[in-house]
Amino acid sequence: MDFHHRHILDISALTPEDISYILKTAANLKEILSRPIPKVPTLRGKLIAHLFFEPSTRTRLSFEKAAKTLSADVFNLTARMSSVEKGETLLDTVLNVKAMGADLFVIRHPMAGAPHFIARTAHTRVINAGDGFHAHPTQALLDMLTVREKKGTLSGLKVAIIGDIRHSRVAHSNICGFRKMGSEVFVSGPATMLPPEKEALGARVCYRLEEALRDADVVMALRVQKERHGRQLFPSLREYAREFGLNAERLALAKDDCLLMHPGPINWGVELHPELENDPRSVILEQVTNGVAVRMALLVLLLGGSS
Amino acid sequence: MKILLKGGRIIDPSQEFDQVADLLLEEGKVAACAPHLEIEDAQILPCQGLIVCPGFIDLHVHFREPGEEWKETIASGSLAAVAGGFTAVVCMPNTKPPNDNAEVTRYILKKAAEAGLCRVYPVACITKGQRGEELTEFGELKEAGAVAVSDDGRPVPDAFLMRLALEYAKNFDLPVISHAEELSLSSGGHVNEGLASAKLGLRGIPPQAEAIAIFREVMLAELTNSPIHIAHVSTKAGVEIIRQAKEKGLKVTAETAPHYFTLTEEATFGYHTNAKVNPPLRSEEDRQAIEEALADGTIDVIATDHAPHSPLEKVCEFERAAFGLVGLETALSLTLRLVERGSISLPKMIELLSCAPARILKLPGGSLREGSLADVTVFDPEARWIVTEEELNSKSKNSPFLGWELKGRVIYSIVSGKVVFSRREF
Repeated sequence: MDFHHRHILDISALTPEDISYILKTAANLKEILSRPIPKVPTLRGKLIAHLFFEPSTRTRLSFEKAAKTLSADVFNLTARMSSVEKGETLLDTVLNVKAMGADLFVIRHPMAGAPHFIARTAHTRVINAGDGFHAHPTQALLDMLTVREKKGTLSGLKVAIIGDIRHSRVAHSNICGFRKMGSEVFVSGPATMLPPEKEALGARVCYRLEEALRDADVVMALRVQKERHGRQLFPSLREYAREFGLNAERLALAKDDCLLMHPGPINWGVELHPELENDPRSVILEQVTNGVAVRMALLVLLLGGSS
Repeated sequence: MKILLKGGRIIDPSQEFDQVADLLLEEGKVAACAPHLEIEDAQILPCQGLIVCPGFIDLHVHFREPGEEWKETIASGSLAAVAGGFTAVVCMPNTKPPNDNAEVTRYILKKAAEAGLCRVYPVACITKGQRGEELTEFGELKEAGAVAVSDDGRPVPDAFLMRLALEYAKNFDLPVISHAEELSLSSGGHVNEGLASAKLGLRGIPPQAEAIAIFREVMLAELTNSPIHIAHVSTKAGVEIIRQAKEKGLKVTAETAPHYFTLTEEATFGYHTNAKVNPPLRSEEDRQAIEEALADGTIDVIATDHAPHSPLEKVCEFERAAFGLVGLETALSLTLRLVERGSISLPKMIELLSCAPARILKLPGGSLREGSLADVTVFDPEARWIVTEEELNSKSKNSPFLGWELKGRVIYSIVSGKVVFSRREF
């Protein structure tokens, strides 16, 4: 199969075949990570620029690890350490870094559509590493890779996403991805952070947590995106934990072999009860490993690795 | 100086006149209108196959001067106006500094006189600095030349202060214009709440933010028995409130802009910043309601909300991009599409673009009766053109219609009996 995307901006731009192909490529490349010397020359001589205009731990390091495993060179630029502080525009920043020879830009930005804007105006390859509360396609792909590994399929599953859906780019991309692959997605949480049904991208909106959790194959908890709210959207973290936090009792509503997921960072004691920390159903750290594999796959597919 | 417009189809809704005839302009006034006029010393403008009508009056433009001259000046905006057939424009006060004192009003009028193209009527702020705290000096502003008051894009949030404005405006016969937006519901939004906000992952501006504010203005108009004009209506809910208010006999008038009956929120998909405008482009249901409201008279006026921005404000992240689009030079063509699909008649179109705006702000013009101002627009309803940056006379090119093929071109714009714009040699 041919993969002819120049950018990864949004799950909605990918077909189910594209997604399967990315996940298959990632599954193949994952083996490299467990070698004694986890490094291959596939992208030697390529320069990848990581432009992070928002805090990030997992995504940034995961992209860096993926690039380094494939022997690409990387630039790591964060807003605070760059000329953006001096008033340089995003477009100028990208054009300057491109002039130094960058082949691909990985962009995280607090504004929705910023990677799309760069893809359209800077004539370079772009991977969206999270834009505002719009999309986080690589997170959705790594989540799907994790579920496919554990469940053997992505179709016919019940996926429950719990928490701040409206301000979560992870939720938006996962709803889109899991539905494309044939699963049903249920969302629940405080109604002030739930989209109305017609704007939920095809997810079922549940005002009772139990309805979303019952017989779920996958349960994904999300962090409350307080930094995106502007104003307080719920009374207190205490009430949030009490009414919407996942604990052992609530998780028991899901299928016995359900997967417990979280994109991180976790606020323990808010969206997840600490009693779930070592729960056998949790695949949270495997998500992180798979993140590296998925990003390796995307780099190889976009930069046309010669191997 | 005499000008004789020969053989055009003269449409003047103010006297329900619609026939092929000659029109004589003399001394800045309409001198005569008859099937065949022979005037020896007049300059002849052949108008066969063209529509001749009272000059268009745009109740809502932003000319950016003083303060943001890189986007538009009063001179460049005036040229865009006459190129679009507008012989008069009403300028919103959100300049830098805002038009909240007589000195700024006089400055605008002076620049307009220097440009010498269309008539420019300044709107003054309702409150000092558009801050929504204290009323401006309506009396002095009116004397300096302000034709109305409005806080434009920073609507007066305090209902009591708005009540005072509506009452105080009566002393000076100053119309009050409201950009109706409930800010506590819309703030932080960038696109219509619904399809666009969901698809683009942007905070939305719900239609209700407009409807709630319109309802407040309607109630205050009732309370104070004052007229109020609602700017750029974009929603079905807003239309319904205005319709009910008119049925009750309240003195409410309203305008919409061509983009609200032409485009929907889908124009923003792909983060197209030229389609970022406030109020935002809405759903197809809203678009239809606006079109119907023009046809049934609920909305009185088509204004452009011409809002020039340079690439500095538009070639950037969508959330950083400024609201607004240029509209003076596409308004006629876009409105003709309503005529072509049978929603409104040609005379009705001219009523919406000329007669009604004049009536609502009590401006001269809007008529070709003998003795009226010789402000005349002559256009070819069939001429085709493609919207390109080069075609636009405005200093800014932020049009969501770039690349569109449109029908209808202004041939002559005449102000005070003087041809100020022409696409033909004469």
